[in-house]
Amino acid sequence: MRRLTWFNATSLTLGFAFLYIPMIVVIVYSFNESRLVTVWGGFSTKWYGELLQNEAFLDAAWVTFKVGFFSSIIATVLGTMGAYVLVRGGRFYGRTLFSGMIYAPLVMPEVITGLSLLLLFISIGLDRGMFTIILAHATFSMCYVSVVVSSRLVSFDRSVEEAALDLGCTPFEAFRLVTLPIIAPAVISGWLLALTLSLDDLVIASFVAGPSATTLPIKVFSSIRLGVSPEINALSTILIGIVTIGTIAASLTTKRAVARRQREEQMAEQSA
Amino acid sequence: MNLRRFSLIAVPYLWLLGLFLIPFLIVFKISVSDIALSIPPYTPTLELSEGWGGIKDFFSQLDFENFEFLATDDLYWKSYLSSVQIALISTFICLLIGFPIAYGMANAPKEWQPTLMLLVILPFWTSFLIRVYSLIGILSQEGMLNQFLMWIGVINDPLTILNTNIAVYIGIVYTYCPFMILPIYATLIKLDGSLLEAAEDLGCSRTEAFWRVTVPLSKAGIIAGCFLVFIPALGEFVIPSLLGGSDTLMIGKVLYEEFFANRDWPVASAVAVILLLILIVPIVLYQRNEQKMMEAEQ
Repeated sequence: MRRLTWFNATSLTLGFAFLYIPMIVVIVYSFNESRLVTVWGGFSTKWYGELLQNEAFLDAAWVTFKVGFFSSIIATVLGTMGAYVLVRGGRFYGRTLFSGMIYAPLVMPEVITGLSLLLLFISIGLDRGMFTIILAHATFSMCYVSVVVSSRLVSFDRSVEEAALDLGCTPFEAFRLVTLPIIAPAVISGWLLALTLSLDDLVIASFVAGPSATTLPIKVFSSIRLGVSPEINALSTILIGIVTIGTIAASLTTKRAVARRQREEQMAEQSA
Repeated sequence: MNLRRFSLIAVPYLWLLGLFLIPFLIVFKISVSDIALSIPPYTPTLELSEGWGGIKDFFSQLDFENFEFLATDDLYWKSYLSSVQIALISTFICLLIGFPIAYGMANAPKEWQPTLMLLVILPFWTSFLIRVYSLIGILSQEGMLNQFLMWIGVINDPLTILNTNIAVYIGIVYTYCPFMILPIYATLIKLDGSLLEAAEDLGCSRTEAFWRVTVPLSKAGIIAGCFLVFIPALGEFVIPSLLGGSDTLMIGKVLYEEFFANRDWPVASAVAVILLLILIVPIVLYQRNEQKMMEAEQ
């Protein structure tokens, strides 16, 4: 049944060409000798050198990294707690409101999230800077973490947890020894998602960042507004490279983990 | 209730109350305030020190003037309508492009599928800003697209694409396409091939079998994909401000400019409230579709 017809082959080729050609062009032109971005002037890596000497970009990259690091950790902890409450928390007062607040930020336009957080920070008199960006990013990323983790929590066999409790574990021990190892892959992918969202975010950061903290997307946005430049091409190439390596590595790791689990399950069945 | 359970619930709950719900209530409150030349630039501000009289005074000063202003000023009407139009048309183009890709992926040889999947996910993880940026060079006057079109002889003079609404459409379709492909692929891959064989045995042509079996069975994925493109596209700010022209009206951009350029916080807040009201219907429909999909799986 699964054969590649000419129609499918064409739609796949055209589709992926559409998705990839713009990025490939950016990568190719990042090695262009000429400053003109539409004329090929020979191979060169000089724009990478200039990028590494551009302190404004390096500073912004460092801020972005710190924001991403802290906000993704807070988001992972809060999001895992949120998922646990949603799936295992039972009934409590205001549960509907809670699940609404977990899902709403996923579909909330960024301009609204950014505006509302900025107005909050101003009305409580919090100085805007790196700290406020971390708070903002942790808030919207925790919802993504919650969704990823709760889908794993829903699908796993609850009787293992109950067995641990019957065998004398405290609820916290049962969570640490049984639940956490099982949901760990979801927690890790939630954390990666939170990190990526934070590193990518432009709109919310540009609302809540004060003049003291500029993230890389804010810096890139303001320089893109002036037009295409070879430095931005070089920066884009580096970022695309990191994402590509990361995504491929992550998919290979999951593939290996799945294969190992299948092997173990087979062995368990055979020995039973 | 024991303390541990209480704190487990309370920590994420209070975090979201404080950083999601309360900020939104503040937006609503400012949307019914008036602009003022002070810091913060709106009036009234709540003076709790004046006691009950202060609170009463505060509420009596709130009104819906800003919403009346939005209703009478053409700019806002036009930008709401044009946002809805741009989001709708781009969603439709996304579907036209995304469905064949998802269909091709689902029908590709099994050993290709993980790689194809990876190829769709990769743009998904790549910075949104960089993907929008990569279009600027292609769509500009002397960009690749114009060079290509002139080379194959379709046009003689370069077209102006960048800084027009066409570029905004291309930008939205390009960046949100993976959101359309993934849910459709997820439903198509689960489709039982024997159903199509049965349809063909019962006298359907392949095209008929496609329209009467494949499309209805992938409906949930199509709906999910459409909402995942439509909802963020409606409030989009980055694409219209980088690819669109000065005449491109989108509500996300209007809100941003109202706030940062005009510094009219009450009007910006009123714009946000209305944008949210427009989005509530598609969001509720989307949630319902997701629930149906979850129930179908169980």
